[in-house]
Amino acid sequence: MSLNNAIKDKQLEWSSVMDIVNNVRVDELGVIERTSSLATRSIKREAKLDALKRIVTMCDLTTLEGEDTEGKIVQMSSKAMSPDPGDPDVPSAAAVCVYPALVSTAKKVVKNSNVNVASVSSYFPSGQAPLESKISDTKFAISEGADEIDIVINRKAFFEGDYRKVYDEIYSLKEVCGNTHLKTILEIGELKTFENIKKASVLALCAGSDFIKTSTGKISNGSSREACLVMCRTVREFESFGFGKKGIKVAGGIRDAKDAIRYLVIVNEELGDEWLSSKYFRFGASSLLDDVLKQIKKLKTNAYQSSYYFPRG
Amino acid sequence: MNNWNYAESKESEKIVSIEKKYGHFIGGDFISPNSKKYLDTISPSTEEVLSSISIGNEKDVDFAVQSAKEGLKQWEKTSPSERSKYLFKLARLIQERSREFAVLESLDGGKPIKESRDFDLPQVAQNFFYYAGWADKINLAWGDQRTQPYGVVGQIIPWNFPLLMLSWKVAPALASGNTVVLKPAETTPLTALLFAELCDEVGLPKGVFNLITGDGTTGSHLVNHKDIRKIAFTGSTSVGKYIQKSLAGRDVGLTLELGGKAANIVYNDASLDEAVEGVVNGIFFNQGHVCCAGSRLLVQEDIHDEFIKKLEKRMQMLRVGDPLDKNTDIGAINSKDQLDKITQLVNEGVKDGGELFQIECELPKNGYWFKPSLFTSVQANYKIATEEIFGPVLTTLTFRTPEEAVEIANNTEYGLSAGIWTEKGSKILWTADRLEAGVIWANTFNKFDPASPFGGYKESGFGREGGRHGLLSYLKDSS
Repeated sequence: MSLNNAIKDKQLEWSSVMDIVNNVRVDELGVIERTSSLATRSIKREAKLDALKRIVTMCDLTTLEGEDTEGKIVQMSSKAMSPDPGDPDVPSAAAVCVYPALVSTAKKVVKNSNVNVASVSSYFPSGQAPLESKISDTKFAISEGADEIDIVINRKAFFEGDYRKVYDEIYSLKEVCGNTHLKTILEIGELKTFENIKKASVLALCAGSDFIKTSTGKISNGSSREACLVMCRTVREFESFGFGKKGIKVAGGIRDAKDAIRYLVIVNEELGDEWLSSKYFRFGASSLLDDVLKQIKKLKTNAYQSSYYFPRG
Repeated sequence: MNNWNYAESKESEKIVSIEKKYGHFIGGDFISPNSKKYLDTISPSTEEVLSSISIGNEKDVDFAVQSAKEGLKQWEKTSPSERSKYLFKLARLIQERSREFAVLESLDGGKPIKESRDFDLPQVAQNFFYYAGWADKINLAWGDQRTQPYGVVGQIIPWNFPLLMLSWKVAPALASGNTVVLKPAETTPLTALLFAELCDEVGLPKGVFNLITGDGTTGSHLVNHKDIRKIAFTGSTSVGKYIQKSLAGRDVGLTLELGGKAANIVYNDASLDEAVEGVVNGIFFNQGHVCCAGSRLLVQEDIHDEFIKKLEKRMQMLRVGDPLDKNTDIGAINSKDQLDKITQLVNEGVKDGGELFQIECELPKNGYWFKPSLFTSVQANYKIATEEIFGPVLTTLTFRTPEEAVEIANNTEYGLSAGIWTEKGSKILWTADRLEAGVIWANTFNKFDPASPFGGYKESGFGREGGRHGLLSYLKDSS
């Protein structure tokens, strides 16, 4: 059964979700081929500047380390609001992404700006905890002022074949979130196959996630353009059958502007340019922003600047 | 937020230098035509005249054939390992100058630079490398069977992949010890002329490779020349039939690679998004100017609507325009004649009752252009379902069972290629066993490799090009 038949009545029964998940088909070589063909798009001059500025507005500036302190968070949040004070043309980032315990610190800095605070929760990054703990983790982050919540799927349940548990957990956490924006991390580097990535995308979207996200950034195979393509196609299918526009966040290992632009090309050609705003597409990154700022300067001045010309994040 | 438009990203034309006028390349030199007649070759994307090429008359052709006969004496004396070296040198030079060749190919023929750069030229070099490797191993290729080259070979190539078709023909012919008189298509002679310069540069013995330009008449002089020992032709089925008739009763070898009307079969258990990509690639690659194009979409009835919806959405993303823009997906139609032919067939399709979808896009004012098109509600008796359109036009038919899919797929005078889309391996094998086509792709389309033979069934021709089999097209049994 295709998604088309399953949600004709706009009501998703669990049995329909299972039907979709069990009939997921992705041709690996086709995905790789399409991705590499899109990588040959040549983005130059005004198109490049446009892309770079968009990327800034799509950045979730992220720090998720045991060593994070209030001082670090304040510094990063300040940078998110004004990444390049020397150039008023450079917009602010979409959000800062931190651990729940540091949400209130970040919120204090950004509260009068359009920068959101995103918090990871649900026992990020492993998700190896009982649902009750994940719920309280999430509730705490929201009570501290988080505008967005990034959760991880239960990979243990996924690999044990307990898709119901994966779905139910996301569903419960979305209930906790209410209107708070929910991004669900699939951890594609652990799922490995495109079929798994698509299955997990379907589960996350059907359970009510606003975004699906590639990776925690905590493992070596974080994001990949191929995975992004598969996720775009799942989002496209979801939308085309009347379930509304969902977003995608790519995170993990995206460090330079060139790579980021290639992601934008995929989104542009697979989903359309309505998806090319922070509302539907995000980059989770720490060092990407710096390269993007450098590239913007390069386009405007024709010279590369040293990194010490830009504020630390 | 505003739309994100890709800025123009044009490959520079400065890398190519085109002469105002070209002679024939005979006996290692460019010489003025005996006919004293010339023909303009234009850029189909701008209608600008790029150059004038010589029209070969009977005397010109005779001169070229005599030169190839002289060349043969030299080539026979050249050791196989030396022949191999020349081919390797050509392959390397083509690689070195591939950007130049790619730009020239796109200028003269209208194909997008991303295809000439990423497909045509790498394939051309690979073909020369591949057959360079065979040149000193010919006697190992056929076991006990003794073979010998034909001698002077006439080769006539089409305008859709000008340099690639040259490489398919010239590389195996030279590797197996023949000498060549090549006639490129009248609308796309420039890359072949540049290749002739390369032959001179690598010091290929004079007369081994000869190039004669002109139109169909020139081609027929070549076919009818008494000293030709073999003709290799790629082009339309009607011209192929004419050649075969002309050669009847003569001791002249012949291989033909002709038209096609390939079925691209999409089963309901295919991964549809990838199938859509494959179908798009199958028909819109090189503006559909591909003999093995997947021009008939056979889609299982229960997924027809869903598939067509996806396909139309994907087609709308195709970027039609300047072939030299690196972001162009669909370039110009090769010639006014071809554009007229496509237009006429599409009009007939609409009149017959086919439902036509064309993408919304702006076409450049000058040049020859056709919007990527998709026909649905097509019946098997419509002309668009049976005739080769050779343009960016896909016709859709539906089927209910695998048996029916095979029946429809084989219900054509052609048999060059086919595509199968299903996630089920057993179904791929079952279907492939029953399709009458020379090349069958499964879950992909338009994949080529110099080591893999290519050629048709039925009216798509005979003989194989590529691989070990491709050598046999240039060798006679002499055991």
